[in-house]
Amino acid sequence: MDALLQFLFSGLTVGAVYALVALGFTIIYNASDVVNFAQGEFVMLGGMITVFAFEAGLPLPLAALLAILVTSAIGVALNKLAIEPARGAPVVSLIIITIGASIVIRGATQLVFDKQLHRFPSFSGDDPIHVLGATILPQSLWVIGGALAVFVGLWIFFTRTLTGKAVLATANNRVAAQLVGINTGWVMTLSFGLSAAIGAFAGVLVTPITLVGYDVGVALALKGFAAAMLGGMGNPKGALVGGLLLGCFEALTAGYLSSQYKEAVAFIVILGVLFVMPQGLFGRKSTERV
Amino acid sequence: MTGRKKWISLGVLALLIALLPLFFPSGYYYRVGALIFVNALSVVGLVILIGYAGQISLGHAGFAGIGAYACALAPEHLGLHPALALVLGAVISGVMAALIGKPILRLKGYYLAVATLGFGILVSMVLTNERALTGGPDGMNVADLGLRDLLRDLGWRLSGGEFWYMICGVVLLVGAWLALNLFDSPSGRAMRALHGSEVAAATVGVDVPRQKLRAFVISAVYASVAGSLLALQNGYITPDVAGFMHSVEMVTMAVLGGVGSVLGATFGAAILTLLPQVLTVFAEYEQLVLGLVMVLVMIFLPQGLLPSIARRLKGRDE
Amino acid sequence: MSLLDVQGLGISFGGLKAVDDVSFKVAPGEIVSVIGPNGAGKTTLFNMISGVYQPGRGSVTLNGTEVTGIAPNRLAEMGLSRTFQNLQIFQEMTVLDNVLAGYHLSERGSVWADLLSLPAMRRRAAQARAGARKLLERVRLDKAAEQIAGNLSYGALKRLEIARALALNPKILLLDEPAAGCNAVETEEIDHLIAELAASGIAILLVEHDMKLVMRISNHIVVLDHGEKIAEGDPATVSRDPAVIAAYLGTEEEEPAHADG
Repeated sequence: MDALLQFLFSGLTVGAVYALVALGFTIIYNASDVVNFAQGEFVMLGGMITVFAFEAGLPLPLAALLAILVTSAIGVALNKLAIEPARGAPVVSLIIITIGASIVIRGATQLVFDKQLHRFPSFSGDDPIHVLGATILPQSLWVIGGALAVFVGLWIFFTRTLTGKAVLATANNRVAAQLVGINTGWVMTLSFGLSAAIGAFAGVLVTPITLVGYDVGVALALKGFAAAMLGGMGNPKGALVGGLLLGCFEALTAGYLSSQYKEAVAFIVILGVLFVMPQGLFGRKSTERV
Repeated sequence: MTGRKKWISLGVLALLIALLPLFFPSGYYYRVGALIFVNALSVVGLVILIGYAGQISLGHAGFAGIGAYACALAPEHLGLHPALALVLGAVISGVMAALIGKPILRLKGYYLAVATLGFGILVSMVLTNERALTGGPDGMNVADLGLRDLLRDLGWRLSGGEFWYMICGVVLLVGAWLALNLFDSPSGRAMRALHGSEVAAATVGVDVPRQKLRAFVISAVYASVAGSLLALQNGYITPDVAGFMHSVEMVTMAVLGGVGSVLGATFGAAILTLLPQVLTVFAEYEQLVLGLVMVLVMIFLPQGLLPSIARRLKGRDE
Repeated sequence: MSLLDVQGLGISFGGLKAVDDVSFKVAPGEIVSVIGPNGAGKTTLFNMISGVYQPGRGSVTLNGTEVTGIAPNRLAEMGLSRTFQNLQIFQEMTVLDNVLAGYHLSERGSVWADLLSLPAMRRRAAQARAGARKLLERVRLDKAAEQIAGNLSYGALKRLEIARALALNPKILLLDEPAAGCNAVETEEIDHLIAELAASGIAILLVEHDMKLVMRISNHIVVLDHGEKIAEGDPATVSRDPAVIAAYLGTEEEEPAHADG
């Protein structure tokens, strides 16, 4: 029982990160119908930039803020330079473009920084907290709490503010949104910037636990995508549930089955979802008009 | 593509393969050429899947991995001659493609891409984790084909590089011939039709799931044979052959060269194979440049380099 | 005996009954038109008959065999062919290849024959090509045979779709708005073509908005409104049916008050 709880704690922690990556996918997908394979790189950048800013002398909170802002700007640049010019291109092209962009970011990171693993200190120390017979790191609480805060904050943004509703309207029908005066170009910028910031935030939260290196982005992107699919592509609630579920599946597999194949869980989940319920837990089915 | 265009394409390819060695400053370039041909072979398979049938796969390196490790494992554990191991690998790949293709190909766009991605990564994971069998991430040795020794006994002495250049060149020509035949055949037309409109294709009698599966299986076999040749010529193989990056490179080569044409496939393979060679001096820049090439080509030349150049040479629309 | 027998066909999307309880028959050589205001469910009906949608209720019988909801390619094997309202041309293929695709059922063989370009395959392909060229002549597209289909005009593409549909040598041809977007000359050509086809024994099921065309060539007309059949009969009867007139023009009570009050 204690072991189970332990696995669940670590599952929820890593699941919170997956949920945030999935949320990033969701926001961009809703705004532009593009699946941004570079999403995982935003997490990596959040961690990496914080590390080097901190080691250059900045206090940790400032370094983290800088990382989030810079990554957000990179996200906006990604949209302007790589996605917008390819508007309306076939899916194959867009897939290659975002994968290519993620490779560019990775390649640039290893040049600007290095290929080592790095971390910075946890926010409130490393003494494990004892809960119900299992232990949890304080940083894990930061991760899970931070993720929940983001989800709640965005829910308020999308449903209560005018800007948020404008983003949803654009996601629903770009032309109609333009016709009622919504600046859809700005909405795209906002979506990419927001997505990147969320990813970077996740990176800042989790680096003290998992460390960060120039190539951690790929696996995160794939798992975040699996989580988004599990929850239903385009559904923020689904991103949260999908991420946490995936994290727990992974932790339980590592704990009870094989730690080597825990990485396979995400892909088995993807395949399973696609075959059994392609619309995910919270998605909707649609028919094609001929 | 009429019969005449097919023979022109094959002729150009054969000429390139035959004449290129005249420009080689050293024996090393034979190895590079062989590598280009091996890559081009797997890309021709992708042209059938992506260019003809309009599908996508981000996991085709998985089949290359199956082909490669078949040649590594079968001679050692089953006593098979490496040439037979190549055939075995192709058969296994074909069967796997048929099994997973059936459910996967019901999906489209991003979902299909990620499902194939999942397959590729699972193969790569198994190859990496099963150390006892495969040697894990460090890879394993591959037995020699024995063909070069045979030829030497018959009086034809070839260096390792020359031998593999020739073999891979011939296999590429055969692969190109088959693919070009397919293009102008009933199956090929059916695949291209479903690419244009699945509904209309079904309406004229095309069994859409069957033709998609056919394209998938055929392209898997191409990747498998390419993987086998890679393993055999290097005498060594690591799980990277089945990795995500390799799948991405394959798709990029296909799209770079113009995803509809066999010659374009070779062109794309050549460029992306040569890139790291040219950049060995700047090894750190390799990823950056690869990524930039991918993004820029897809934005500015979405038809691929070869068709765009061809169009420019011909002058705009007829 | 009727070639096509539709009984009580219906389908709903979400809560909306797009088509409800529609029945009619088509005999060989007969021209049956389905008309009705926009949104009446005509194309949805076509899609159900041609296997694109799975009907929710009812049955479709072709040549005595029940074919409700079977895949379009199986229907093609049984002699049913169709065109599309919003053209489904193979844009990247040549005009000739588009029609050749229609010969799929007669030219297909084993995949090995295709890969190895065996003589048997080449013979079948040559026959198909000859047939395709004749069809292109018939719809006056033979000069454009080697052009990429995507470059052709709308009217030309409509003719191309008909040629492709004819390549199947169908027993029944479903035409979804063949004259849409066509000028008077093109419409008359289509008029003649349809009459020729029917005269040769092919059953024609037509969806059209061009009332003059419909009244001129139809043997039988089925009128849909809001997914239901509201009238059926020969052109003269249907054009006088008050329910039909109401559906298209509205009833007298709905007319706004006249300008003397």
